[in-house]
Amino acid sequence: MNVRVFVPIDAAALSVGAERVAVAIAREAVARGVAIDLVRNGSRGLFWLEPLVEVETPAGRIAYGPVTPGDVAGLFDAGFLGGGAHALALGPTEEIDYLKRQERLTFARCGIVDPLSLDDYRAHGGWKGLETALTLTGAEIVEQVTQAGLRGRGGAGFPTGIKWRTVLNAPADQKYVVCNADEGDSGTFADRMLMEGDPYSLIEGMAIAAIAVGATRGFVYIRSEYPHAFKTFSAAIDRATAAGLIGASVMGTGPAFHLEARLGAGAYICGEETSLLESLEGKRGLVRFKPPLPAIEGLFGKPTVVNNLVSLATVPVIFEKGWQAYRDFGMGRSRGTLPIQLAGNVKRGGLIERAFGITLRELIEDYGQGTASGRPFRAVQVGGPLGAYFPESLLDTPLDYEAFAAVKGMVGHGGVVVFDDQVDLAEQARFAMEFCAEESCGKCTPCRIGSTRGAEVIEQIIAGESVAKNLVLLDDLCTLMLDGSLCALGGLTPYPVLSALTHFPDDFDRSAAAPPARAAE
Amino acid sequence: MSLIHETDFGTPPSPSAQMVTLEIDGMAVTVPVGTSVMRAAAEIGTKVPKLCATDSLEPFGSCRLCLVEIDGRRGTPASCTTPVEAGMKVKTQTERLAKLRRGVMELYISDHPLDCLTCAANGDCELQDMAGVVGLREVRYGYEGHNHLDAGKDTSNPYFTFDPSKCIVCSRCVRACEEVQGTFALTIDGRGFASAVSPGGTDFFASECVSCGACVQACPTATLMENSVIEAGQAEHSVITTCAYCGVGCGFKAEMRGTEVVRMVPWKDGAANHGHSCVKGRFAWGYTTHKERMLKPMIRSKISDPWREVSWEEAIGYAASEFRRIQAKYGRDSIGGITSSRCTNEETYLVQKLVRAGFGNNNVDTCARVCHSPTGYGLSATFGTSAGTQDFDSVMQADVILVIGANPTDAHPVFGSRMKKRLREGARLIVADPRRTDLVRTPHVQADYHLQLKPGSNVALLNALAHVVVTEGLVAEAYVAERCEPMETARWRAFIADPRHSPEAVEAITGVPAADLRAAARLYATGGNAAIYYGLGVTEHSQGTTAVMGMANLAMITGNVGHEGAGVNPLRGQNNVQGSCDMGSFPHEFTGYRHVSNDAVRESFEEVWNVTLRGEPGLRIPNMLDAAVDGTFKGLYIQGEDIAQSDPDITHVTAGLAAMECVVIQDIFLNETASFAHVFLPGSSFLEKDGTFTNAERRISMVRKAMPPMAVYADWQATMLLSNALGYPMNYRHPSEIMDEIARLTPTFAGVSFARIEELGSIQWPCNDKAPNGTPTMHVDGFVRGKGKFAITEFVPTEERSTARYPLILTTGRILSQYNVGAQTRRTENVVWHEEDLLEIHPFDAEYRGIADGDWVSLASRAGETSLRAKVTDRVQAGVVYTTFHNPETAANVVTTDFSDWATNCPEYKVTAVQVRLTNHRSGWQDRYAALREETTRIVDPAAAE
Repeated sequence: MNVRVFVPIDAAALSVGAERVAVAIAREAVARGVAIDLVRNGSRGLFWLEPLVEVETPAGRIAYGPVTPGDVAGLFDAGFLGGGAHALALGPTEEIDYLKRQERLTFARCGIVDPLSLDDYRAHGGWKGLETALTLTGAEIVEQVTQAGLRGRGGAGFPTGIKWRTVLNAPADQKYVVCNADEGDSGTFADRMLMEGDPYSLIEGMAIAAIAVGATRGFVYIRSEYPHAFKTFSAAIDRATAAGLIGASVMGTGPAFHLEARLGAGAYICGEETSLLESLEGKRGLVRFKPPLPAIEGLFGKPTVVNNLVSLATVPVIFEKGWQAYRDFGMGRSRGTLPIQLAGNVKRGGLIERAFGITLRELIEDYGQGTASGRPFRAVQVGGPLGAYFPESLLDTPLDYEAFAAVKGMVGHGGVVVFDDQVDLAEQARFAMEFCAEESCGKCTPCRIGSTRGAEVIEQIIAGESVAKNLVLLDDLCTLMLDGSLCALGGLTPYPVLSALTHFPDDFDRSAAAPPARAAE
Repeated sequence: MSLIHETDFGTPPSPSAQMVTLEIDGMAVTVPVGTSVMRAAAEIGTKVPKLCATDSLEPFGSCRLCLVEIDGRRGTPASCTTPVEAGMKVKTQTERLAKLRRGVMELYISDHPLDCLTCAANGDCELQDMAGVVGLREVRYGYEGHNHLDAGKDTSNPYFTFDPSKCIVCSRCVRACEEVQGTFALTIDGRGFASAVSPGGTDFFASECVSCGACVQACPTATLMENSVIEAGQAEHSVITTCAYCGVGCGFKAEMRGTEVVRMVPWKDGAANHGHSCVKGRFAWGYTTHKERMLKPMIRSKISDPWREVSWEEAIGYAASEFRRIQAKYGRDSIGGITSSRCTNEETYLVQKLVRAGFGNNNVDTCARVCHSPTGYGLSATFGTSAGTQDFDSVMQADVILVIGANPTDAHPVFGSRMKKRLREGARLIVADPRRTDLVRTPHVQADYHLQLKPGSNVALLNALAHVVVTEGLVAEAYVAERCEPMETARWRAFIADPRHSPEAVEAITGVPAADLRAAARLYATGGNAAIYYGLGVTEHSQGTTAVMGMANLAMITGNVGHEGAGVNPLRGQNNVQGSCDMGSFPHEFTGYRHVSNDAVRESFEEVWNVTLRGEPGLRIPNMLDAAVDGTFKGLYIQGEDIAQSDPDITHVTAGLAAMECVVIQDIFLNETASFAHVFLPGSSFLEKDGTFTNAERRISMVRKAMPPMAVYADWQATMLLSNALGYPMNYRHPSEIMDEIARLTPTFAGVSFARIEELGSIQWPCNDKAPNGTPTMHVDGFVRGKGKFAITEFVPTEERSTARYPLILTTGRILSQYNVGAQTRRTENVVWHEEDLLEIHPFDAEYRGIADGDWVSLASRAGETSLRAKVTDRVQAGVVYTTFHNPETAANVVTTDFSDWATNCPEYKVTAVQVRLTNHRSGWQDRYAALREETTRIVDPAAAE
């Protein structure tokens, strides 16, 4: 049997040269007359090590990274096909501390399997959850998802089982399952990694959701900036359909489930579930008011499950390992694991799947090993561009929906973006308003006009104009946006603004004669 | 009199019958399930501030002014989008809400011009009102931030201006265009702060906009504003009246300043239109004060003389003496009258009364002769009533809609919009039309089947549809057994089941693929409530009456008569064509369609009218003209009708007119027929008189005087003058007295009076003791005639057929912006949409003749020839050409022939064999017309005459 060599095809790895590395390895193997099986896997999520090349040996998979094309000849010379020693050798992949200390459930296969190989998927526990689900009634499936304590991983943290129950109980001639893969939060990549690295887990999860609620059609709305994910996932749908796993009948015995991938319209707001539905229907991505909930009147006015990709891809785990097993992870009302995406100014960025309860400090200091710049840490923004900025004093906050809410923050989609001491939180606050102004759908007044005015007011504060009056106005505006906005975009934009004001008030005090020290450097 | 401000409940009413009770600011209110909190509040007079909500549109939830607090609920939900729940406790005014609302208004005004005092909406601006309501006192953001104040105006539409600098992006215009009108011309361009209303990336005029005015109506600011208001300012009082254009009969508020119309606003309580309008009724009213309005009576002894302006006394005296002279010389039957479908019921009634009682004969006819006379005959014979079976609202219950020979989005736009709304809700659509009308494929509407039949094959098509129903076991057997005459039914079923009526057999005749026809028939028969809507494409044929009966057969055999959502419904062309027929305008019928030979009926009229009446029908219009050419018919009183443009075979019409000795024309303009007249009596527009119009759904609505008659007398008064001068006294003090007389003499109108119409808003006849509030749906408990009667409808092809010399078939119709002969719309800005009549010709036929788009072509038939410009389009099928008849210079009816319906003489406008060829000059007829028009419209200058 040929030696299997793994070079990720994940977009993050490709962005640092994985494709050239793969080509170089293939050429080198031919040149040396060595037969290898080059597998293009997903990423392990250890981004500072990408391109991370793995070789399958009797002792398990041995990792080398980060590999450049220039390293390839040397790797062959060092006998890396047998796990030979080399400056880039990292030892057995599973033993890399960053990975070893994770609790990978949703991402258990990601980076290990050949993403499009149905055999690989099955060999790694794939379809077991669906097979179990097929033996249950819709109500039983819903009940187990509820018992597992799974909450929406898109940001809102709404209990998935309760959402499904609403759809299950809504009578209709047609129901839908829609996966929100319009992953637009800055510093997040979990959805993309999974679509590129383990697409069948999402298909399996959606099929279970469809069986649970009685939906026969599903759509995955994929961010337009994710061409690789779209390609891989579309191919996965085709293969799963051709293999009879979905389509006219789920696994040949279940009901019909037709799944389609749709490329997003290129707007952040289309990640908001009602905008997403509008966009899927071919319309402008305009937010709908609720009620009616999408679970009652969703896509094309029919009862629709709209879930984040991570939520859906986690569902097979619940049925493979049992809802009790899943529920045993986590803390408080936050059950299971969260794929955290560590990014920004941090030494070791990547995907860290851990049970709820891990603290920000452990993530940033243990996993991240501090800032990439080597300068002192100053702030972290959790939950995307609409998440709160936390100072060092809040780093012991555990990742938990309720714990975060208590300190006026949110877990969101699990994006953690680190800043060093050069960050200006007043500028970040202005950026939050500008981001909202840029991405607002323009429907409701607080968001449409308020975000533009908010940026202007912060600009005046930064310029030192009528600071006291403007701070009052900014506070009033934030209250209006929080209470008055139609959706979470306008409603959450005050989070970064208010957290910056609360935790970093000095950055807004431009009355001091001297400019802030960090700006002078 | 004051300006009428209709209550805006914010969101549409809920149709639910189930009620819930909740508490709003401590007051209990009980409303239907599904009502919004906002509307529930409005029901008890509690106004929640709002800008993006209006009750003609579905809630949108964008402005965030209407936020409320609800006990036990988080946050501040929007009252427009929150449905009521039993036991809910709502607070609409709290300190928190006040602060939020001021915050919203502060944002709005930070991007809005501060020119209220010089703004066209000053005093009629919801933004201004809301700033006051929330107590906005300062805008802390200042006015230096990003804004849209420099956005340029769009003045491309002749009737309204779009000023985006004043836009608050509430999307009401966009939603009105979608939800109410169904055109989808408007959108929001960009997103976030850059969101802007856009007519699709171009200007309004170049866009898909049909200028219905719904957006202007919906706009809460001065962003979309009528030019007439920009020019004149706000109106000071409203007069509720009824539109004088098509048979939809929209209710309007004429908003007035003194006797000047500032704007026409569709009336929300108008039962036919529910607050919607089209470009004609909404904007094209400028003709009423056009400089070509004739305001002085005129006479001349022969038509080659110039007109001489005279007093009313002299004109009336001259007309009366001429009519008496002619009758003395040529006999009592040598004169007659034509009633107008443009005038009120009361005026029409008086003209036919004048003819029957004053002239002493039954030589009265009306323009319905040339449009829907087959409807009256066909539906009367089968169902027992000469009118459509439904109200317009019925379409909202229809599951399958069959449109045949009608183009509602152009000719009956407000009803067309309602139909499109129902189609967007999911009703299925079958269109039978030789031409691809807009309805076949329009935004979010697509016909399931477009049966593109050849002109003249309606009866074959209808028979084939019925054949499928009968032979495929789709008959509503229980309904037919209970409701229809068994003998006639059996006879008809045997007839229609014959293979010669099968879709396959008639495919060669209709050109419609048999499979499509079968599928359409199955859909019609099995798709739920099925409704037929039809127009002149059915009636204006040699077998017009047969086709009407064919539709009646089809509806009966499938059980689609007598309930909501079904029926057979003529879309009647003119504002009061239904009324003019109801009022006894036909030579053989008194009011309410009772034959003049019926002794009892005649005696009732004789008693009230105090005369002896003839029991034999008089002459129809074509008979009058024939008799004139023969020299036995010499005098004609025509009120508000232009037969020299509207009737077929104009050469024959004008020959008849020219042979008469006294033609009296009563009209607001010197129309084409006036070229052949000896007496001209200036008419009054619908704004100048009281009365009633009856629309296509039998709805009698008030027409109210908004200004005094410009020519001193309203038309009903002029008819009285003429009658009195002829020695038959008429002395009504008000049109209501005329209606009282109509009600006394007409069983179907027995319950109608002006007072009753005022009370109910409008009344659909029959209205009498059995139906004191009128009758929206006919034949509910059985057919009016007793049992429904299936009529044998053998297809007989028209004798008009294409030949080597005239190889193409011409069919005629209307377009949205122009109206019939164009007398009104050509005198408005509507001409910018349609300056001239065009000949639509298929690319095949154009190519073969070397005709390019825009070329001048000659259109010739055996009757005549005219020249016009070609429009090459595949909207028409190969072998068929199409034009409109809005312009006298084109005069499409020079080409149409004298063939007509076998039963009613309704002309066969829709089928004329023609040839089309390139030309570079006007036709001989057009040259002669220009010269004649020049000569016969001269008015002598009184100064020069002395």
